[in-house]
Amino acid sequence: MSSVIDTEVPGSADLEQEVERRRRELAELEAKLAAWNETTGATAQRDDTDFTTVSGQPVRALYTPLDTQGDDYIADVGLPGEYPFTRGPYATMYRTRLWTKRLFSGFATAEETNERYKFLLARGTTGLSVAFDFPTLMGYDSDDPMSEGEVGKCGVAIASLADMETLFDGIPLDRVSVSMTINGPAIMLYCFLLVAAEKQGVPFEKVTGTIQNDILKEYQAQHAWIYPPKPALKIITDVFEWSSAHAPKFNTISISGYHIREAGSTAVEELAFTLKNGFTYVEEGMARGLDVDEFAPRLSFFWDVHNDFFEEIAKFRAGRRIWARHMREIYGAKRPESWRLRTHAQTAGVTLTAQQPHNNIVRVAYQGLAAVLGGTQSLHTNAMDETLALPTEHAVRIALRTQQILAFETGVPNTIDPLAGSYFVESMTDELERQAEEMFAEIDDLGGVVAGIESGYFQARIARSARRFQDEVEANSRLIVGLNSFQEEGEADIEILKIDESAGESQGRRLAALRQTRDADAVERTLAALTEAARADENLMPPMLDAVRSYATLGEIRSALESVYGRFQEPVAF
Amino acid sequence: MDETSARPLTPSLQRLADRFRAGDSLALARCITRVENQTGGFEDLLHALHDGVGRARRIGLTGPPGAGKSTLTAAVARLLRDRGETVGIVAVDPSSPFTGGALLGDRVRMDDLATEPGIFIRSMASRGSHGGLATTTREAADLMDAFGFDHVLLETVGVGQSELEVATNADSTVVVLVPESGDGIQAMKAGLMEVADLFVVNKADRPGADRLKKEIEVVQAIRAGSPMAAAPAHHGVDFTAIALAGSNPADDGDDSGGAPQIPDWEAPVLKCTASTGEGVAELVERLDGHFEWLEKTGMLDEQRRLAAIEHTRRVLERAVQRQAATVWTEWIGDDGQSADQVAGSPYEIARRLARRLGPGSEN
Amino acid sequence: MVERKIRVLVAKPGLDGHDRGAKVIAASLRDAGMEVIYTGLHQTPEKIAATALQEDVDVVALSILSGAHMTLFPRVLNLIRENGMDDVLITGGGIIPQEDVEELQALGIGRLFGPGTATGEAATYIQEWFLANRADDEV
Repeated sequence: MSSVIDTEVPGSADLEQEVERRRRELAELEAKLAAWNETTGATAQRDDTDFTTVSGQPVRALYTPLDTQGDDYIADVGLPGEYPFTRGPYATMYRTRLWTKRLFSGFATAEETNERYKFLLARGTTGLSVAFDFPTLMGYDSDDPMSEGEVGKCGVAIASLADMETLFDGIPLDRVSVSMTINGPAIMLYCFLLVAAEKQGVPFEKVTGTIQNDILKEYQAQHAWIYPPKPALKIITDVFEWSSAHAPKFNTISISGYHIREAGSTAVEELAFTLKNGFTYVEEGMARGLDVDEFAPRLSFFWDVHNDFFEEIAKFRAGRRIWARHMREIYGAKRPESWRLRTHAQTAGVTLTAQQPHNNIVRVAYQGLAAVLGGTQSLHTNAMDETLALPTEHAVRIALRTQQILAFETGVPNTIDPLAGSYFVESMTDELERQAEEMFAEIDDLGGVVAGIESGYFQARIARSARRFQDEVEANSRLIVGLNSFQEEGEADIEILKIDESAGESQGRRLAALRQTRDADAVERTLAALTEAARADENLMPPMLDAVRSYATLGEIRSALESVYGRFQEPVAF
Repeated sequence: MDETSARPLTPSLQRLADRFRAGDSLALARCITRVENQTGGFEDLLHALHDGVGRARRIGLTGPPGAGKSTLTAAVARLLRDRGETVGIVAVDPSSPFTGGALLGDRVRMDDLATEPGIFIRSMASRGSHGGLATTTREAADLMDAFGFDHVLLETVGVGQSELEVATNADSTVVVLVPESGDGIQAMKAGLMEVADLFVVNKADRPGADRLKKEIEVVQAIRAGSPMAAAPAHHGVDFTAIALAGSNPADDGDDSGGAPQIPDWEAPVLKCTASTGEGVAELVERLDGHFEWLEKTGMLDEQRRLAAIEHTRRVLERAVQRQAATVWTEWIGDDGQSADQVAGSPYEIARRLARRLGPGSEN
Repeated sequence: MVERKIRVLVAKPGLDGHDRGAKVIAASLRDAGMEVIYTGLHQTPEKIAATALQEDVDVVALSILSGAHMTLFPRVLNLIRENGMDDVLITGGGIIPQEDVEELQALGIGRLFGPGTATGEAATYIQEWFLANRADDEV
C-alpha cells in the first residue's frame, strides 16, 4: 500500500480512480485474509505461550493494512518534531544528537561521591545524576533513628547545605547540569543545590538540571512521600512558579512511569497513570494562574522499558501522541514545546533475575534497543547484578558498553522511527492510546488523580496486575528463562559489591559538628518564618532558601512543614 | 469443670497469671492468645484474673468499611494518652470465609502508637461466627481492663450481627460514617442508627458532610417522634424509666415538652477529620460527657450488669457447646464410623447423647 | 478448643518503599489460612518488636530490599529476644547475598527467601516450622 506522502497529488478524476483502486485492493486483501485465517486457523499453534504481551494484551498472528486503515497519516503519525510527535519530539532525532547515556551514581558520603564525580567529569561527562540514600529520599537527617543502617547505602547522604557544598566542591554549577532523583523532599534538595550554586557565585538563572519532583507516582507506587497529596501539589506548584521567574533553565519535574511499572503495573497502566499525573500538574499550575506555555516546556517524562519489545516501542509513540493532543486540544497550549513529550528511559529493573545473572546483559540489550526505537532522549541501562546488590564497576561498564554498541555498531540510530508504518506497531500504538483514554475517563469518574490515590484505586490496580503476572509465572504460563524454565544446577557466582558501614558514623559526626557551629538563632528564626509561610499559604521557595542558607537540616525543614501539613497516611491496599 | 468453685490453676497458668499481675505485657498478650484459641484452662485463667475487671471505660467504635475507624481510634487513643491515661485497643478485622486466614491491617493507621508506653494494641480476626466474636473480644477487653488500662477501645466494622455486638458491648458506642453517597441509608439498614451513643461524620472535609449530619439528625428526630421512640433503647434498657436531675448534655436536645423527668441521651452528631485530628478533641469531650451521664443516671451499673448477665449466658452456651463437641467426638469416633453402626432417628440419638452432657464430661 | 491459628507479623523495616514483595507474601500467607498482621512501610526495629509482643505472633517475616539487612535483622532479633519471645521464628526475604544469609542464620534467623521465590514456598516453610515447634504450645 502506498502512503500519502509518496503519492503524487492526482487530479479529481484520477483521485476517484485512485480511491476505487485502493478500495478494491482492501476488499481483495480482506478476502485473501479470510481464506488465510481459515487455513491457518486449523493449524496447531505452540502451547508454551498464550500469545499475549507481558501486560496481557492479545497479539494476533498477522497484522495487515486492514489494521491501520483508520489512521490518517498526517493527523495521527506525521513527521518527527511535528504535531502530534508520534515519530519523535525532535525533527532530526539521532541524526543530530544521540540519546544521552546517563548513568546514575552516588554512594556513601558527599566527599566520596564528589571524588567519583570529578573522575567522571575528567572523562568527558557533562551531566551528573545524583542517587540519594533512603534517609535523604524520605527527608530524614542521617542521624535520625529512622536512618539507622541506611545512611549512604543506596546513594549519597545529603542532610544539609554543607553536604551539598561538599558534593559539588570544585565542580562549577554553571557548567555542569545536575539531575537529582528526589521527590518527597525535592524542594529542599533543590534549595540546597541553588544555594550551593549561589555560594559558588553562580546566579540561579544559570543553574541547569532536573529534579524528579513527581509526588503523585510516589503515592501510587514508589512510596517516598512525606506530606498528603494536596500540600505536596501546592509545594510542587510553588517550585514551578518560582522557577519560571528565577531559574528558567531548570527542569522542575520528571513525570515518571518507571516506578509505576516497576511496582507491577501493565504497560497501559504505566502510560495512562503517568500521563494523567502529568495533566494533573498542568491543571495545578493553571489553577495557580500560571500560563501553560510558561511551564509546560519544562515538564519532562521518564518511562520504564520492559521486556515486551513491540509493546514498549508502541508505548513511547502513543505517549507522545496523547500528550501532544491533550496539551493542544484540552489545555490550550500554543507553543510546540508545550506539546512535545521529551523522555528519559531506564531498562526495567524488575525483569532482572537473580538466577543466571549474566542473562540480564541480554535482557538489558533488547530493552535498550526498544527504548531507542521508541525515540528516547536519554537512557539508563541497568547493570546485570542490580537485582543482587548495588552494581560493581565491571557490571556498570558492560551496561554502558551495551549502549555504545547499540549507538555505533547496529545502525539502528541511522534513520528516524524506523518502525513507523509497521502494521503491528501502528495498530498497537492506536490500541494503547485508546485504552489509555478509557483509563483517563475512569480516573475522572473517581474524581481525579488525588481522589484515586486517597481511595487506593491506583495502588489496588497496580497490585492486581502484579499479582496476575506473578501467578502466570508461578503457573508456568509465562516463561522466564532461568526462573521457571531452563534452570541450571549450581548458579554461576558473580562478584557482589559491598558498601561498608562507616558512612553512617562519619555523617553523624559531620551533622553533630554542624549543629554546634551554625547560628542556632538564625536556624530557629528562618524555620519559624517557613512555618508561617506555610500557614499563610505563601510560596515556600523564598523562606526555604533562607532556612537553607542558615544551615537548617533536611530533617528540621521536613518537620517544620509537617507541623502544618501533617503526614501522608498510607492506604492499605493489597 | 467443678460446678461450684473454680479449679486451681495449673502451675504454668499460675506463673502466667503471676506475670500478668506483675504487669508483664507479654503475659497479657499470651493470655489473650489463650482466650482466642480457647486453649485448655483459659476460663480458669479468666476467673483468676476477674477481680481486676471493671475499672476501665470501654468505648466501641463501629461503622461501614472505609469510614476511617482505625484512624479515628488511633486519634482518640492519642488524645487520651496525652492527658496521661492508658489505653488498650482491640481491633477486629474479618477472616476470609474461604481459607480461614485474615489480613489484619488496622495497625497501619495506628503506626505512631506502636511503641507508645501505656498503649497496647491487639488485632483480632473475626474467625467466622463459630468463634463467638463478641464473647472473645469481651474477654480480651476484660484482660486489658484487669491489666490496668484506663480505657479499652473496641473497633469493628459495622456489618453483621456479631461484629456489631463487639462495639455495643462497650459503655459508649461511637458510630462512624463518611459523607460518601448512600452512607446514611447504609447505616440505617445495618442497624447502626439504633446502637449509637455518638455519631461521627468522619472525613468531614469532603463534600456532603453537612448533608449526612442533617440526614442522621432527621432520622433521629423521626425515631424520637415516632412509636419507635418508646421502644427500648439500644442496650435493651428503657431510659425513660430512670429519672435524671440536670440538663440534657446533647446540644440541640428536644426539651420543648419541658418534662425534666426524661433523662434521655440524644446521640450527638459530630464532624471529624481523623487524619488531621480535627474534631477529635470534641469527640473525646463528648465521650467523657456520655460516661458522666451514664454514671449520674445509674445507667453505667445497669448496662454493665445486663452485659455481665448476657456474657454469663454466652459462657454457659460455650461450655455446653464444648461438652457437646466432646460427646459428639466420643460417639462418632475419629473415622466417623459409629454413625453407620448406630441405628435410630437423629432425634433419638441426640436425646441419648444429651444425657451424657454435664459435670465430668469436660476435660 | 478451637483451631490454633498461625499468627504472622509481615513487617517492612527500613526507609525504602518497595512493599510489593511484602504484600504478595502477606496475601499468600492469608490464603494459606494464617492470620497476618501487616503494619505498613518504614517500621523501626522497636516498632516491629513491640508489635510482635502485643500481637503475640508465632512468626515475624521481614522484607528488606534497602541493603540494610545486616543492621536490621540482628536488631529485630535482639529486641524480640529481649522481650522474652525466644520461641518466635524470624524469617524474611529481600536482596541478600549468600554470605550475609549464612551470617544471619548463624545468629538464629530462619530461612531467607531471595528474588524469584514462589510465593507458596514461604507458607509451606512457616507451616512446617510451626508444626515442629509451636503446634502444641502451653504458654
